[in-house]
Amino acid sequence: MAEEVRAEMVANVWKIVVAEGDHVDDGDTLAILESMKMEIPVIAEASGTVSLKVAEGDVVQEGDLIAVIG
Amino acid sequence: MFESVLIANRGEIARRIIRTVQRMGLKAIAVYSEADADLPFVKEADEAVLLGAPPPAEIYLDVARVLEAANQSGAHAVHPGYGFLSENAAFAQAVIDAGLVWIGPSPQAIVAMGDKVAARNLVGDAGVPIARGTREPVVDVDAAVLAANDVGYPVMVKAAGGGGGIGMSVARDEAELRTAFATAQSRAERFFGNPSILLEQYVASARHVEVQILGLAGGRVVALGERDCSVQRRHQKVAEETPCPVLTPELRARMIDAAVRAGESVGYVGAGTVEFLLDPASLATGGEFFFLEMNARLQVEHPITELVTGIDLVEQQLLAAAGEPPTFDPDAVAARGHAIELRVYAEDPKRFLPSPGTITTWIQPSGSGVRVDAGYAQGNTVTPFYDPLLAKLCVHGPDRATALERARAAVAGFQIEGLKSNLPFFVELLGDPEFVAGTYDTGLIDRMRAPKANPAS
Repeated sequence: MAEEVRAEMVANVWKIVVAEGDHVDDGDTLAILESMKMEIPVIAEASGTVSLKVAEGDVVQEGDLIAVIG
Repeated sequence: MFESVLIANRGEIARRIIRTVQRMGLKAIAVYSEADADLPFVKEADEAVLLGAPPPAEIYLDVARVLEAANQSGAHAVHPGYGFLSENAAFAQAVIDAGLVWIGPSPQAIVAMGDKVAARNLVGDAGVPIARGTREPVVDVDAAVLAANDVGYPVMVKAAGGGGGIGMSVARDEAELRTAFATAQSRAERFFGNPSILLEQYVASARHVEVQILGLAGGRVVALGERDCSVQRRHQKVAEETPCPVLTPELRARMIDAAVRAGESVGYVGAGTVEFLLDPASLATGGEFFFLEMNARLQVEHPITELVTGIDLVEQQLLAAAGEPPTFDPDAVAARGHAIELRVYAEDPKRFLPSPGTITTWIQPSGSGVRVDAGYAQGNTVTPFYDPLLAKLCVHGPDRATALERARAAVAGFQIEGLKSNLPFFVELLGDPEFVAGTYDTGLIDRMRAPKANPAS
């Protein structure tokens, strides 16, 4: 089943660590968000192929989809 | 005295500086980003200049744009606040070159203190105690491993050009050092544009105690007491108090002497802070402390010094910059009572993760001995672009017990809704036995957040 990875808070997408279509494992860092001068890693909670829904520099709102792992 | 001051900052500190500038009968000029257009500091300034379009996070760092705003508004002087351009020597020099008054220490003093390695060497040579550490900046990881063997584990890994706790971590062995070094270097490069790293002996369970200094026009450096800033999360301060509950008069005198010496070593003018680590284990034998760094600017937590001394530090900064004498007698500085500052952040009170959002309710406490320096008001949106400081809740009382009591009442009376704040954390802190006893150190919050063992029956 596909796992949806969503933003926990309003933030800027500072870095995308993985590439579209990469295989990721549970616990891998997918991206790093930045909010209020703090870096917040976005972690995969499942293994599979990653499909990215944001790009570096995007501003995400709480609950926005960052990636899907299928 | 100059007639107008441009404040190159935002939020609570811009508002706080505007207040003193206006009280002195001078014109206060704000600069702001589009994201900050609705904040109180923009409305309260006599004039406000929009710095421009996004990216909002970088616009307050744009030297050319800030200088253009100063020129456009006819400002006579520039106050940088803290953070942003406050310790940027090139900005200070550009302000001076534009024929304006720079409200701060000389660009030379900023350079001398801005590099942590150089600063350590400079004050160490002036007779101020420093911890074991690298005398040269470390630029690659293998050199760091070699240096750490000399300094001795655990070591603190720090950005040489950094501040605010960003890029700092502790390494207990070589493996941890390799990881910490990579992280510190990437952050150092990103946040400070300088990849140099400093390794320093790590003092576990230390207290962080700093001395407020003021370099007067004419060259004299005076100290205005200390602040204990040991309540920290992620190496960033959360609460401060003055006086430090564990200093003896003899130890205080030694720290003040060291701080004045550090200031004199760079010909310091204006308000500055000399930070020390105090080893609590050494208190029984008189107390041992080490120079940590010097902040060449007004400090976030300056209000508690103002509360106990009755001295407006921003006013003294302006006077020193204008070449005028201070409003107080430097030979008769006295601290009265006890003051505590609580940094109210937009973050969840358990894990301290950022919580931007729109403030739907904002009711500040008031009462005897309560001072609130707030950057926001009801209806404002707290964006993710800046640090999470919403307000500084400060209390003053005749003694520590009264200050604690007033702090509890003030926290209970502060209502913020629409986003998460760390106010519930302060309820915990003000009831924590270590904090209440005054025996805490920088490990306090980690201990408060450590998984609790099963309570003994």
